[in-house]
Amino acid sequence: MKKLNIVVLAKQVPDTRNVGKDAMTAEGTVNRAALAAIFNPEDLNALEMALALKSQIPGTTVHVLTMGPERAEEILRDSIFRGADGGTLLSGREFAGADTLATSYALTCALKKLNPDLVVAGRQAIDGDTAQVGPQVAGKMDLPQVTYAEEVVEIKESTLVIKRRLERGVETVECPVPAVITVNGTAPDCRPKNARRVMRYKNMPLTVWGAADVDPDMDQLGLNGSPTKVKKIENVVFRAKECKRMTGTDTEIEGMMKELIASHTIG
Amino acid sequence: MNSVFVYIELEGRTPAEVSLELLTKGRELATTLGVKLEAVVLGHGLDGIEKELQHYGADVVWVADDKELAPFRTLPHTSILCGLIEQEQPQIALFGATSIGRDFAPRVSAALKSGLTADCTELVIGDHADAKGNEYKNLLYQIRPAFGGNIIATIVNPERRPQMATVREGVMKREHAKGHGPAEVKAIDYKKWLRGEDLVVKIIDRHIEAREVDLKAAPVIVAGGYGVGSRDNFKLLYELAEMLGGEVGASRAAVDAGFTEHCRQIGQTGVTVRPHLYIACGISGQIQHTAGMDGSSMVISIDKDPDAPIHKIADYAIVGDMNEVLPKMVKYYKQNSK
Repeated sequence: MKKLNIVVLAKQVPDTRNVGKDAMTAEGTVNRAALAAIFNPEDLNALEMALALKSQIPGTTVHVLTMGPERAEEILRDSIFRGADGGTLLSGREFAGADTLATSYALTCALKKLNPDLVVAGRQAIDGDTAQVGPQVAGKMDLPQVTYAEEVVEIKESTLVIKRRLERGVETVECPVPAVITVNGTAPDCRPKNARRVMRYKNMPLTVWGAADVDPDMDQLGLNGSPTKVKKIENVVFRAKECKRMTGTDTEIEGMMKELIASHTIG
Repeated sequence: MNSVFVYIELEGRTPAEVSLELLTKGRELATTLGVKLEAVVLGHGLDGIEKELQHYGADVVWVADDKELAPFRTLPHTSILCGLIEQEQPQIALFGATSIGRDFAPRVSAALKSGLTADCTELVIGDHADAKGNEYKNLLYQIRPAFGGNIIATIVNPERRPQMATVREGVMKREHAKGHGPAEVKAIDYKKWLRGEDLVVKIIDRHIEAREVDLKAAPVIVAGGYGVGSRDNFKLLYELAEMLGGEVGASRAAVDAGFTEHCRQIGQTGVTVRPHLYIACGISGQIQHTAGMDGSSMVISIDKDPDAPIHKIADYAIVGDMNEVLPKMVKYYKQNSK
């Protein structure tokens, strides 16, 4: 295969997996400031897949594209320390309030400028778990897509053979490039930061693009470009319920098991 | 009137469980709106497929039968469904939140520029007024957990059609539509929408495993969290589950820690279950987990932390060590069951 210009789509996300006690305010709302911002885990799997292709196909470059506030630069630099060649941040208030469709539109505008041969993204981000942006980007770019990719099994002249992890099995497909691949969390973990690269690239300038840099149709960006609207947000409140509290003594457990048997909850 | 579409996913030639659940919900929505419920089936060897679908209330079954359409591939299914949606203009289109639905529903939404809400836990018809004073009648309220499950959001698509949503398997109930007549079968004139380039991705090999762990059908689930401590300690859960005729489930933290397999994961990012009895061991009870089990008829929580949120939704809250409590449950079950 000829050298590829790969663009990895990545996102900086609040670490929703570690929502501790201080992550909720006294009123029961989410305290976003208390959540660490991390590299979305499956985007790291995607970066690794791209870097592995770079090492197998001479001349291949890996560029990381993200959309977010200024601090999202952190994951671009992190990517470069791990082996990426460069990064672009798409940032600006025009992009704010975007749902998945408006997000994928903005990313597509930027991708058209970067003109990739292959787009690789994580399957989904942990703050939304929608898994929509990858396929929506593929649709807007009119490129074939391979979702839930776990491994590039073979690199052929003009196609990639890719193993996909489905809910109940695996599927191997052959897909021509250019294409969009979304990578599953079961794919290999990303290589660590390289100390030499950290020294060398810690001050490397990154590209920051605003809306004007990517020639968008403004009606398709941000809140305006989002067909889905949030009607209502409810903070989750645990329901109160009549409850028997116990410490697990023999008498208590025996009583409980008898009640469960008597009520036919267990046979 | 603009109908309700349900995309029917196939396992071989059988409609998937989630699709029948969506037909049941779709029937309810269509009846509320006074419109038809229409099922869309794309596959091969589909003779008689309408029979099962009409039991669940489909008024119309759209069929495209071609060897290129099975097994599922993203591009052909996207092109045909987009064509049919543009032709028929449904107001709602529902998909399973499965490997298939989550793969191509976003692509369909991108092509049609319509909104898609992932992993809805509830779908209801209702009215909406926006901040500018525009009023909308009979929108689809798409209700889903967000932000790691710490909030529940109601999403609407006021302007664009169809209003699209995905729903996970096991979230909606499956029920025959009583007294529902035969469905009208309509052939989709799909060839005009199928492009040559839709066939560029080739399936080389495919292994679909029969479902080994069926959490959703289990009457009793013994679930373990990070607090179980090790893969070895999970053996106690298996022992109790087997004795009670149940299955072992797990929180995401326990799966991530490698205590048990991913297919046992319960919660927002795993399976949703509603057993008769749910025994939560060493699970703190964050909403990401409880979203997948709070429909259980009865809950026993076992956790050392007296303040663990799981105790608040339990019928029996045991503040203690599961390594001591589970053997007692086994012992007293044996003594008292017939």
